[in-house]
Formats: sequence, C-alpha cells, structure tokens
Amino acid sequence: MKRYNNLNIRVDWFLVTLYVVLVIFGWLNIYASVYDESLGLSIFNMDLNSGKQLMWIGITFAVILMIFLLDLNFFTSFGYIFFIITLLMLVGVLFMPEVNGAKAWFQIGPVKIQPAEFAKFTTALTLAKYINDYNVKFTTLKQYVIPFSILLVPMGIIMLQPDAGTFLVFCSFVIPFYREGMNPTIIVLGLLGIAIFVLTLLVDQLYLIIGVVVLGLLLLGVGGRSVKKALPIIGGMLLTIGIIFSVDIVLNNVLMPHQQKRIQVLINPNIDPLGDGWNVTQSKIAIGSGGLFGKGFLEGTQTKYDFVPEQSTDFIFCTIGEEHGWLGSLVMVALFMALLLRILYVAERQKYRFSRIYGYSVAGILFFHFMINIGMAIGLFPVIGIPLPFFSYGGSSLLSFTILLFIFIKLDAQRTQVSTRG
Amino acid sequence: MNDSRKLVIGAVFLLVGAIYLAKLFAIQVVNGNYKSAAESNIIKKIEEYPYRGLIYDRNGNLIVYNKPVYDLMVVPKEALKTDTAQFCKVFKITREEYSELLQKAKSYSYVKPSAFLKQLSAEDFAAVQDQLVDFPGFFITPRTVRSYPYPIMANALGYIAEIDKKGLERDTTKYYKRGDYVGRSGVESKYEPYLRGRRGVRLKTVNVRGIVKGDYKDGEYDTLSIPGKNLVSTVDLKLQQYGEHLLKGKSGTIVAIEPATGEILSIVSGPNYDPNILTGREFGKNFASLSTDSLKPLFNRPVMAVYPPGSMFKLVQALIGLQEGVIEPHSRFQCNRALIPCHGPHSNEDLKGAIKVSCNPYFYNTFRRIINQDVSSNTFTDSKIGLELWNQYLDRFGLGHPLAIDIPGEKGGNAPSPNYYDRVYGPGRWKFSTIYSLAIGQGELGVTPMQMANLASIIANRGHYYTPHMIKKIGDGGKLPEYEERKETGVAPEHFDVVVAAMQDVVDNGTGQYRAKLKDILVCGKTSTVQNPHGEDHSGFIAFAPRDNPQIAVAVYVENAGQGARAAAAIASLMIEKYLKGEIQRKNIEEYVLKGKFY
Repeated sequence: MKRYNNLNIRVDWFLVTLYVVLVIFGWLNIYASVYDESLGLSIFNMDLNSGKQLMWIGITFAVILMIFLLDLNFFTSFGYIFFIITLLMLVGVLFMPEVNGAKAWFQIGPVKIQPAEFAKFTTALTLAKYINDYNVKFTTLKQYVIPFSILLVPMGIIMLQPDAGTFLVFCSFVIPFYREGMNPTIIVLGLLGIAIFVLTLLVDQLYLIIGVVVLGLLLLGVGGRSVKKALPIIGGMLLTIGIIFSVDIVLNNVLMPHQQKRIQVLINPNIDPLGDGWNVTQSKIAIGSGGLFGKGFLEGTQTKYDFVPEQSTDFIFCTIGEEHGWLGSLVMVALFMALLLRILYVAERQKYRFSRIYGYSVAGILFFHFMINIGMAIGLFPVIGIPLPFFSYGGSSLLSFTILLFIFIKLDAQRTQVSTRG
Repeated sequence: MNDSRKLVIGAVFLLVGAIYLAKLFAIQVVNGNYKSAAESNIIKKIEEYPYRGLIYDRNGNLIVYNKPVYDLMVVPKEALKTDTAQFCKVFKITREEYSELLQKAKSYSYVKPSAFLKQLSAEDFAAVQDQLVDFPGFFITPRTVRSYPYPIMANALGYIAEIDKKGLERDTTKYYKRGDYVGRSGVESKYEPYLRGRRGVRLKTVNVRGIVKGDYKDGEYDTLSIPGKNLVSTVDLKLQQYGEHLLKGKSGTIVAIEPATGEILSIVSGPNYDPNILTGREFGKNFASLSTDSLKPLFNRPVMAVYPPGSMFKLVQALIGLQEGVIEPHSRFQCNRALIPCHGPHSNEDLKGAIKVSCNPYFYNTFRRIINQDVSSNTFTDSKIGLELWNQYLDRFGLGHPLAIDIPGEKGGNAPSPNYYDRVYGPGRWKFSTIYSLAIGQGELGVTPMQMANLASIIANRGHYYTPHMIKKIGDGGKLPEYEERKETGVAPEHFDVVVAAMQDVVDNGTGQYRAKLKDILVCGKTSTVQNPHGEDHSGFIAFAPRDNPQIAVAVYVENAGQGARAAAAIASLMIEKYLKGEIQRKNIEEYVLKGKFY
C-alpha cells in the first residue's frame, strides 16, 4: 500500500482500511440478520436492509470524496457556524411529530434525518476550535465553564427529545477534555456517583447509609483530627447520603418508566424475561448460542427468526456473536480496538492541537458507541438504543460516523499544511 | 503528564475490550445454557396423533370408530391483542368464560399452546373457520373422539378421557402428557397400548411469531406416527343388541361365552347408557350425571357385581363330591329338612334328581362328606383340611379370585378358605356346622356373573375352560397369549355326564321346563334363586347348549326378580335361541321378559 503524495495529502491508509473492513463486515452482517431462506433474496435486493445499506455505502463514498475536495478551512474555521446550525436543527426537531416516542427526526420524503447524529461532529469541531483558539488548559474555572457549556447545551436539547443514547455519547467528550488537561477528579467523582447510584439499586438504602456513616466516622477517626481535614470528609459523607436519597427521585422523576425497567432488568434480567427482559434475554441467547466458532454465515437462527428485536440496527452484534462465535467477536472487538488505538496514535502525531482534540473526540464517540452498544447486547449495560458504528443498519448513523472519521483522516492527511498555522 | 494521559485513555479502551471479550467468552463458550435456550426458541414440536384403533365385532361389523373434532388452541402470549368482544360473539361464549378459559391456559403455560375450547364439532368448526385469522394466538388442532354406530356395550368397551394426574404418575414410560386421551375403563383401557398407536413428532423451526420456517435439521429427529391397531372383538353384535334389548329397564347381567374358546359372545350390564354420550364436549356433564345415578349405570355388573351363587353352585358341589369319591351318581340322601330347609315335594333323590329339584339337604350331605373325610379325629382339624381341599377346587373353577378377563376392575368374589374362617371365628373354633350354608351356594360365598358364565362353560367343556375374553384379534395378530391357555379344574370328564344329564333334566322336566326349553336344541341349565337380604331375591340361571358340542354358555342374573326359573331362565334361553337359531320363535317368552313383571 503506497502512500500517494499529491497536494501534500498523506492519507492514513491503515485507518481507511480498517474503516472499509468494518463497513463490509457490517454490511454482510446486516444481510445475515434479515436473511430469510424461504424468500431467497440476494444481498443486493433493495427490499432488504442490506440492499438499502449498500446504497448508503455508495452515498458515503460520495461524501468522503466531498470531504477531501472541500478546503480544510471549511472544517477548521466554520465550526461555530456548524454548531449554531446544529443547535437550531436540534431545537427545530422538537417541533416535529413524535416517532417511536421521541422527537428526533426530520422527515423529508422517504429520508429521515436525525440532527443529533450530526451534532456529534459539529460539537467536536466546535470544542476543538474553542480549546485550540483560546488555548484552554483547564486551569481556571472559566476554562472549565465555556467548554462544558458548549457541551451541555446540545446535551440539554437532546435530553428534551428525549434521546438518552446520544445524551450518554456526549459524555464521551470528557476523554478529549481529560487529554487536554482536565482534572481527572471530575471523572473519578462522576464514576463514583454512578457507582453509588448503581449500588443503591442493588443494596437496601438503609444498609448503604449505615455503611457510609460508619466509613465516614472511621475516616474521621483516622484523619479528621483538624477541622480543615474533617470538613471535606463530612461534606463527602453528606453528599454520598444525598446521592443515595436522590436515587429514588431520579429513578421516579427523571428517568422514564421504560428506562427504570431497563436498569432493573440489567440487574436482574429474570424479573420479566418475556416483557422488559425480553431484549436482553434473547440477545444473550443469540450470542451465547454461537459458541466458540459460531453457526456459520447465514446459519444463525435467533436473529434471522426475529427472536432478537432490532437485529439489524441496535442489536446487530447478536448476529456476529451467533454466526461467528467467540472468535468472530474477538476479531470484531480487535478491529475496533485497532481503530480506536490507531486514532489515538494518529491524534498524538498531530502538531496542530485542533486536530488532536478532534481526533480524541472521534475516538471517544466511537468508543462510547462501542461500549454501550455491545455492553447492552451482552447484558452489561442497560438497553439504550444507539447504533454500533459502521455495523448497524441506518443511513444517518453510517453517514455521520463516516463524516466524523473522515474529517479526522483529512485533518491528518493535510497535517503538514495545518501545522504551519498552529 | 499528557503522555501518561494518552496511555491511560488507551488502557481504558483496551480494558473495556478485554472485559467484553471475557464476558463474551463466559456466555458463548463456558455457559452451555444459551445453546439449549436457542434451540427451544426455534424448535416447535408438532405432534401427530395417530388414529386410535377401531373395534369390530366377531362378524366384522364396526362397533367403535373415530370421529374428527376440532380443538381450539391458544398461545396466551400471542392472544393478548385479541378483540375479546368479537371473539365472544363468534364463539358464543361470555366475557367471563373467556377470561376464565384464558386464565386456565395461562396457568398451564404463557407461551405453549393449550386447549381453549375442546372438541368443536365439524359443523361448529366450519362456522368459525373463516374468522379464525382475525384472532392471533388461536388456532385449530384436529383430533378425534370415539363414536359408536350402535349404542351398546358401553361398560365393557369403556370410555376414553383425558389422562388424570394418577395416570400420569403411573406412566413409567413417560409416554403421556397432560391433555392426552387414554382409555379409562373397559377394553379401551386394557388394550390402550395397542389401540393408541405411537405418536409421531415433527420438529420444525419457527420464527418468533411461531411461523414455521422449515424442518429442524432436515427432519433428522422426526418420527412418523404409527396408527393404533384395530381390534376384533369376540362379541356378536346381534346377540349383544338382543341381550341389551331384553335387559332394558332391569338391573342385572347377561354373559354369554363360547365354551370351546372362552370368547365372550355377549356381555350385558343393566342399566346401561349410550357410549356416545361419553365422547365430545358433553363428557364432563354426562359423566357426572351417570356417576350420581342411583341405578349405577357405570357399574359394570358382569364383572363387578358379586352375588351369592345360590343353587347353581350345587353343580360345583356335585362335581367336587364325585371327583373326591364321597358321592356317586346313584348316591341318595333323605331330604331331611331338619338339617336345612328345602322346597317342593321330594324325599329321597339320587344325584340327578337332587340337581333337578335342587334338593338342599342332598348337597348339605354332599358338602359334609367333602369337608369331613375323617382325615383327622379332631372334627375342627378335619373341617379345616376338608375346606382347604374344597377351596383348591374352587380356585381351579375360577372362583374366589378375578378370572383375569380383559376388562379392568374385575372382582374376584369370595371363596372362603380356612384362613378366612380362622380370621372370622379364630383358629380351631369353626367346623362343618359353622359353614354349612356354603353347601347350597349361600353364606360367605360370592361370585360374579362372569364367573358363573365361566362355570357354565366349564360344564359344557366337561372340565376345562379358557379364561373369558373380549378381544380375539389385535391388529394382524391373534389374541393375548393368556387367553389361549387351557385351564383344568381337576374334575375328570366322566363325572360331568351325570351333572350334564341333570341340567338337561332341569330344562326338560324340572324348574326350567316352562321357559328354558327349546325345540330341536338340547339346553342344559340350572336355576338359582339368590337370597337377597336387602329386598326381593335375585333371579339367576346358567345354561349351555346344545348339550353335545356346546356353542354357547350363558349366565343371567336379574336383580330383585325372584325365582331363577322365571326372568333369568327366560332370558338365558332367549339368548341361546337367538344365537343358535338367529331368530326368536317363542314370542310369548320374549314378551314376558320385555314386560318385566316376574311375579
């Protein structure tokens, strides 16, 4: 594979290859997930999701070409404009009719456009531009407030749709923030909060509070000799107890009933295996029945016979697990790991900080999608409807992941040009 | 600092990847449950119920066949979206019934089909067939119920019904499942393993909506259903119909046997019922009303009713006495009515005469000679030894234990043994004078009509019998081997001559002469007037004919009909006439029986 060197473009063919492999692997899986022996339709048939996906793959190639044809400045300079357009679209979509319980789509003829998908890369571009332009090092309060505001505004609007999946994906921006100097305590505290939250669901509130108080008193006894040291311990203790008490409120008032159920099902899928536990139970059955080697391409029964819901979109991983077994899953996870680490590697070699921040944003978004999507399929995450990048059927998601990745590949390919501006 | 941060981020990515691969390894490779769960998801067992074997009479007339009915099945999970109001209208049930039936189905299984409405007739099915598509989760399974072209022999044939809990527990082969229909009594029960055939199973792969997508593993595990074997009964349809006709409105029994083979020609239990009412949807209702009927139509009298044999037992006493050498045909006893009451004008009969007039003192003496043969000087011990000997004869005559005919629930009656009296009176505390009622077939003796028909058969055969049975052919094979085994009584054939002659005399000149005698056919018979402490005496009669090379042996009991010479003798002779001549010439006797006034 020869790097071609024209107009100072040095495309990272490794990333492109990984992308192509993932998309083809994904396309074959979409066919497998909807394959019906008795109909005998080919993979190209436009009545099947695989045929439609092929059309979308064609469109993405055109979009990739367009990305490379556009001037670099289009991405590095107009970030704010994109961001404002995105916000307007996100607000606008709230006035659209509900589809599947969420106001998340613009319907233009047969095409559905989901602005939240595009918000991912516009937010990434905007944050990269702001952090780069203002040389944010996360040292002062102001340097926290503005980046987080840029992040929280689209998140807030998305929550109104509501679209919990995309909302969660936006949390991935803590990864570039962290890379750029954010205090990791924020992440640790966040994770701690989530841990306490989950623990509260598992353990009786009373025991948990007793545990926290005992732990707090022990800490006070060991390290709380002075008032200065005692205060944060007492404060932390009270905060934890507050979180514990707030779980009920969050569960009952913030989360919707189906989301509450999904969290309960995650903890115990057997509470309602035919109702709310159905997805997870069937998904695990499909994946688990694949064994080490899998049942073979087009031989999966659980996905093909619709036992797994949404088998070509959110639960596409089931087809991989069932038909290709653990070894297929290994290959698939390895491909993703290679992609993510390659993005980190490529991001690190950027001299232009904008490109690095953007690269980390891309890695973070892809990683969150990977983590949440596969996590829910194997019962480690509550069921949240987000696509598996490059695998799940759907034009919007394929297009937005492609744009997300290829803007980065373009940034990298022309790094010698942009570096002069850094 | 940032160098370490890029490593931390990379490490987090790899850590999540590793955790996921570990979890995947656990569910895909380590845990085998998901594989079986996946199989059970997609495999639908379609069971093919074979046709139950048909039953023919001995002349090839069909007497039991199968009629198609349709079970409406439901899968509760899929039936949730059913338009209840519309459903109730189409199937003509109330809302309450609907929810009750659905609840019942749910309690069995939420995802597996079970019967919602059972045994819709072909007409009912045709009426709803087109609308069925509107009710997801409901579908029709055809099956069959028994049907009977002639409303006869209900008790002997038995009925089929859903297997009960006990039946499931007893089924060690684990063949049956809840809801399966099995023979629950009579021939249907005894020959269940032959009649039922073998269920076939086809494994299909289905999608989540239960729609069949193909054969599972190309049908590798499928089995074909094997239809049940047809049975040919020993019963003669015409004779059976005639017997039921004669017994209409009476409580009692007719059993007719072909002596040479032990084949039951007719088995009538009165009162009876139309077997067709115990098939189909009305089974539960009809069964309940039959089982609470005070006349006990479900009580299969030929094999379950136990009566004292009465005078016909004198034939057994005579035969044992002759075999033991304690009497001879010319032995005479005074009719000493101080020993035991008697009837009729006679005083000093020989054996033939004593049987003809049914002399009680004669058999009192005969029985005493059998019991007290002076083997021991202690009269108690002597009686015990004698009774033991006598009891062994009874055993060989098929008395005191079930004959093991092919109808379940058969009673054995009672042939008292020394042990029996030891229990009642204490060892060494009883002797002949305690038990002399046995001499004339009363006292503790109990026999079934079947055993008495068998006795007639034994005498007709001059000393041996074949266990009576209902079925002569199973499929292409013969009868069960136990019914081809000749059983000996241990009484030599020559001793029967005098008894047979006496029985002929009973019919020609004795108690049976008016109603049992037939033109051209030598009928041999013996009356019994069975003492009944609960009411009028029972009328009993056994007979066989013709005297030489007998074709038919009959036992008749008519409850509360008084003397054996009346109802029972008349019915028995009509049965013989019907069987041997094909039609009844003695219309007056037939009328007498049908009128049913025997006093």
